[in-house]
Amino acid sequence: MALLDVKNLGISFGGLRAVNAFDISIEKEELYGLIGPNGAGKTTVFNLLTGVYKPDSGKVLLDGKDITGKKTIEISKAGIARTFQNIRLFKKLSVLDNVKTGLHNKHHYSTVEGILRLPGYRRVEKEMDEKAMELLKVFDLEKSAHIDAANLPYGQQRRLEIARALATEPKLLLLDEPAAGMNPNETGELMEMIRFVREEFHMTILLIEHDMKLVSGICERLTVLNFGEMLAQGRTSDVLNDPQVITAYLGE
Amino acid sequence: MSGMLKKMSKNTKNSLITYGIVIAAYIVMQILISTGSISSLLEGLMVPLCYYIILAVSLNLVVGILGELSLGHAGFMCVGAFSSAFFSKCMRDVITVDIVRFLLALIIGIVVAAIFGILIGIPVLRLKGDYLAIVTLAFGEIIKNLVNVLYIGKDSNGFHFSTKDVLALDMEPDGTVIVNGPQGITGTPKDATFLIGFILILITLFIVLNLINSRDGRAIMSIRDNRIAAESIGINITKYKLMAFTISAALAGAAGVLYAHNLSTLTATTNNFGYNQSIMILVFVVLGGIGNIRGSVIAAVILTLLPELLRGLDDYRMLIYAVVLIFMMLFNWAPKAIEWRERYLRFGKKKKEAVQ
Repeated sequence: MALLDVKNLGISFGGLRAVNAFDISIEKEELYGLIGPNGAGKTTVFNLLTGVYKPDSGKVLLDGKDITGKKTIEISKAGIARTFQNIRLFKKLSVLDNVKTGLHNKHHYSTVEGILRLPGYRRVEKEMDEKAMELLKVFDLEKSAHIDAANLPYGQQRRLEIARALATEPKLLLLDEPAAGMNPNETGELMEMIRFVREEFHMTILLIEHDMKLVSGICERLTVLNFGEMLAQGRTSDVLNDPQVITAYLGE
Repeated sequence: MSGMLKKMSKNTKNSLITYGIVIAAYIVMQILISTGSISSLLEGLMVPLCYYIILAVSLNLVVGILGELSLGHAGFMCVGAFSSAFFSKCMRDVITVDIVRFLLALIIGIVVAAIFGILIGIPVLRLKGDYLAIVTLAFGEIIKNLVNVLYIGKDSNGFHFSTKDVLALDMEPDGTVIVNGPQGITGTPKDATFLIGFILILITLFIVLNLINSRDGRAIMSIRDNRIAAESIGINITKYKLMAFTISAALAGAAGVLYAHNLSTLTATTNNFGYNQSIMILVFVVLGGIGNIRGSVIAAVILTLLPELLRGLDDYRMLIYAVVLIFMMLFNWAPKAIEWRERYLRFGKKKKEAVQ
């Protein structure tokens, strides 16, 4: 059974049908790409999957569980984490605290334990520190653990956002243009990192990207959106050679 | 000792410095008072100083840590003051041990203010930014004005309430008026002392600083820094906003208790519980640095004592006060000043590393 199963998903804003009859089925540990021209509705799909918008048609199943129209918090708890096209970090928190905030729902102690610094606080905070440092090491950020997130260079901010998303221990990771604003070198490193995350965490990843080198390099399957409609879907090489896709998006 | 200091995180060190400053300041003031080196006017300012610090620190929890502008903080102080003064006046002859009665009054003031915090927080926290500021301002004024039309009396039949006048209470001849509308509550026992105020400051700092450096504090600050991202990682926005707001209201209630038990007559006017007061507290928070708890403490001390210390300058008093406000603002917020401070601080850190 597929990890993410979406059937006939759609939403309108006023008279505009932003996404229409969107179907997707992603297997466990698959690397899946969502591409298309600007304004095609790619980020809207992410917002529908994570509960930012409520779909007015269709069904979303995550691991067999119906999460259609649920709130963002519930969807996060069900196991979908995401990054954002325009980076959204907790800028005034340290790099370490950004990841620890991601661990929020996996490690608990009560407010009273926190204020009175009871043993529960010490034990759980230590667990969180260790877990967060582990994640930072994966993304080569452990040296910057104690500086404010706002002071990280751009590429590292993108990596921290992925680390924070992984801290929620998701089943499915959504990456919204992870290579935006990166030079070819950084994009190459990012590709390695995404592959590594998939292997290391047995993660299923759905990503939006305009960088065709990255898409063709790491995605196993693709869906192409155009004006809210699905233009093509299938194995990466087949989709990228589809004449319709070439006319609408890639160009001759 | 140095090993222990090294092991501690930056946050723990910062908190300890804050406690240290407060404790040192208290000891210095106590010595000055016991040797009779300060004027009685200044000595009378010690308890107000304590409640202003508590108010500034608690408002900073909402403004600096949660990142929402609240202009109704004096309203919660008002609730704490009146509920506790009401209790103390009723129990004046029943509980004769001052400290027990004060502790009970304190708990009542805190709990009632916290309940108001929840009740007002639920609708108000749905708003953001300017809208939230305006609505909290309105709630603060509503609380103050409601207290002004409140009449409560007590006779052999029990309590009587009215919002009209004393006659409308319809009491037996043996009844006494406890809350007398605009005349407020008279005859509250003067139980608040500098020592109690000092202990309450320490408790406030302990609660606020430990909250900030915990799982809940991170959740609250994540909402401030990026609400959408906080939601996407499963932070319950409503819960944590309400938590910060309620704790802040409860602490303002404690300040109100201190206020009420420092005066024999408690009335609700624009100057003590109105929006003037709310703005005054906000000035402490802004000048001390938004989100900087130690800064709030220092700003509250300077700005409370300054008018008294400048009394000798007569006409120029408010002029100097304004100049000091401007300079504090520049010191805390001007980019050049921040740069200078950072260079100075970094220099200090380097020196420490070299010593190790």
